[in-house]
Amino acid sequence: MAKKKLKVRASGKKGYAVVKAILFHPMETGLRKSKETGEVIPAHYIQEVSVKHKDAEVIKVNMGIAVSKNPYLSVEIDGAVKGDQISIGWLDNLGESASTDVTVS
Amino acid sequence: MNNQRRSFLRKSMAGSLVAVSVASGLLTPSHVLAAWPKAAFDSKSVKDAMMGLLGTEAFEETNQIQLRTPDIAENGSVVPVTVKTKITGVESISIFALENARPLAISADMSANARPVLATRIKLGKTSKVVAVVRANGKLFGATKTIKVTLGGCGG
Repeated sequence: MAKKKLKVRASGKKGYAVVKAILFHPMETGLRKSKETGEVIPAHYIQEVSVKHKDAEVIKVNMGIAVSKNPYLSVEIDGAVKGDQISIGWLDNLGESASTDVTVS
Repeated sequence: MNNQRRSFLRKSMAGSLVAVSVASGLLTPSHVLAAWPKAAFDSKSVKDAMMGLLGTEAFEETNQIQLRTPDIAENGSVVPVTVKTKITGVESISIFALENARPLAISADMSANARPVLATRIKLGKTSKVVAVVRANGKLFGATKTIKVTLGGCGG
């Protein structure tokens, strides 16, 4: 587990928190061909991202292949205040997953 | 305990198959919520994608949705898109890129505690209209914007 798979920051505002995340992922569409071999590069992309505040799922994001490489995601959660725990996890089409917890600062 | 989530779970158990799987512990509750809408994401036409995801392709064009994107994207593989709305009771926000091989880019289901804001970056194969569709109180609202792409981002 050398490579970091996601980077999340949650900053508290008045009555809500802004959660910004970068998920490190190739987001391969399955439509691209390799320049060297001419073979189709198999699809490999994130399908689901879940944003939880204190263990309750607040936002569930479904992604398709049209989301850019290393997806960036920004959402806002009402009622999340400084010190609360936010967790973000993703799951891709090959069953790989990663998640992390951050504290609202 | 989040009551809304409870009632949602109960409703989603209407399908007996799902209920059985839950009862037998095959699926955790989060998986019941988490059915990735494969048909919609695999659709090659905008109509199919919208039908698959939202059940209809008709939405009301509104200026209550702020769709913030660049007018010209130099690099189609990274196009920042922000959707923000003043509409209350938002249940989901979806983004479609009409000219893409798979038009449905992203769809976010929002619970009551989520503010109706979604920012991300998408790929555009070529110059395309981008539509943000917001579902609120069972109704669909949309905003459209054309983004000019000078270098495509979906293979080629």
